Amino acid sequence: MFPTPIQKRPFFNQVSYKILVPFSLAIWLVPLAGIMMTSIRGLGDITAGNLWGTPSEFLFFSNMADVFQNTPMLSYIINSFKITIPTMIGAVALSCMTGFALAAYKFKANLFIFFTFIAGNFVPFQILMIPVRDLTFQMGLYDTITGLVLFHVAFQTGFCTLFMRNFIKALPHELLEAARIDGTSEFNIFLKIVLPLTRPAIAALCVLIFTFIWNDYFWATVLIQGQHAMPVTAGLKSLNGQWISAYHLLSAGSIMAAIPPVMMFFLMQKHFIAGLTLGASKG
Amino acid sequence: MSQAASSISTRTIRQSSWWKRHQQKLTPIIFLTPGLLFFVVYVIWPILSSLTISLYQWDGLSPKTFIGLENYIMLFDDEYFYVALWNNVKWLVCFMLAVPVGLGLAIFLNQTIFGIRVVKSLFFFPFVISQVVIGLIFTWFYRPDYGAIAPFLNFIGLEGWSILADEDYATYGIIFAGLYPQIAYCMILYLTGLNNINSDQIEAGRMDGAKSFSLFWNIVLPQLRPATFLAIVVTVIGALRSFDMVAIMTQGGPWGSTNVLAYYMFEQALSEYGYRMGYGSAIAAILFTIMMFYIVFFIYRMYQNEKKGL
Repeated sequence: MFPTPIQKRPFFNQVSYKILVPFSLAIWLVPLAGIMMTSIRGLGDITAGNLWGTPSEFLFFSNMADVFQNTPMLSYIINSFKITIPTMIGAVALSCMTGFALAAYKFKANLFIFFTFIAGNFVPFQILMIPVRDLTFQMGLYDTITGLVLFHVAFQTGFCTLFMRNFIKALPHELLEAARIDGTSEFNIFLKIVLPLTRPAIAALCVLIFTFIWNDYFWATVLIQGQHAMPVTAGLKSLNGQWISAYHLLSAGSIMAAIPPVMMFFLMQKHFIAGLTLGASKG
Repeated sequence: MSQAASSISTRTIRQSSWWKRHQQKLTPIIFLTPGLLFFVVYVIWPILSSLTISLYQWDGLSPKTFIGLENYIMLFDDEYFYVALWNNVKWLVCFMLAVPVGLGLAIFLNQTIFGIRVVKSLFFFPFVISQVVIGLIFTWFYRPDYGAIAPFLNFIGLEGWSILADEDYATYGIIFAGLYPQIAYCMILYLTGLNNINSDQIEAGRMDGAKSFSLFWNIVLPQLRPATFLAIVVTVIGALRSFDMVAIMTQGGPWGSTNVLAYYMFEQALSEYGYRMGYGSAIAAILFTIMMFYIVFFIYRMYQNEKKGL
């Protein structure tokens, strides 16, 4: 254990540690506490400069209602789901297959293809922007959810392949060999042996992709123009222009935009962290 | 594997169909095709295409005119390009703070007291939230009139100071906001790393009377190398990709002083300032080249590990 477990320290250190932890957490969460508190307030408090004091009114629900009724926030949130969920399914499905192919078979171009996926995953978005936008135009998919999803699926396949390939590679190889000797077809090896074992990896990838895509802003501005297809990140940005100084509404909207990934994180925390820290302990 | 494969093929060769004899070779091709197709169309080809477009003058609609390296020559005369490039350097250097701060936090929180799990996940919280939201929060915080830090600014005598409107400090204001989720990311990488270190060595070090710092420096830190490597990689990429925060907080302003290459490219190619696709592609190509150093370094390391693994 590093550092020394606090239980082995003198009593004074233990007490001060137990005070210091919640104290530092409180400081760390100040920005988030700020929007929480502001979402409760009315416009009066904000213009009066009452930002950290007790709210003079409790308007959380009315602020939320205000945002839902007077802005397209609900449709932005629905769009975000329509973009995020198909991307998640598409990228994970494709990468289960590519990951399996790269982990279970030896062939000449194997490492080359694998490294291509990794390298592509790290390139700056700007180098893709103009051709991808053009291609989406030509396919008649500019300003549609489908156009955005297709790109996201393709791009995320890079990261997901890296993840899946390493996961499948770490499975005991004897499993595949035994199945082959029994005469199991390659397709059944994938479907009946490998796929059930990759369930933790699939779960981890789903939460990660959900969060990445939900929070995407760049591609939403490049490939989407109108409100009808705009996800919540781009929507919030455009609402910010309308809500000059209406920070109580901005806070309420931000909270709505943040709830789905936050829920996803807290419900699937173990998988989320396992996915994110892949390679942090070995390799 | 090949041994097993050949034994299957000899055993079944007589009664098996053409497919059965070749499935070992064909299966990977079939499984790779859809994913690879998507990736080539949407990632590999666009990279090559962008590099080509950077040699043309093009507004996105009318026919392209080939101008050779003209875009790059213009770029080297463009003072805004240097501002953006220099800001990228600032981002890279300052963003690196996330690594030691994340490590410090991880060490601080690597204890087993009541409720520590919840504390750790709350520390990680900012990473889950969209950068758009983080950017909006900080923009408002920094406002000198009714931003959340206004009372504090008044207290230290900087009344009315707006960091995002101050050419000299605005970039640092954005980077500070960007560090918030990045520190959380690095922290979680190190927490996982700390969880997996070999405690025997540490106990042995303690027995030998090693002081905390030398224990940390000589035993813990070397074991955390994989976590450090990953933290540096994601932080460099995060710094070079810094688009969202700039777009949300300042749009490159005031007077281009907070521009970074990622945003400047977008501004040149797609915004109301005009549709200079060729010029934008040239900026993207520069950014791509910078990133390529890190990608090659990362892949080289992975390649070394693969060779060890075989």
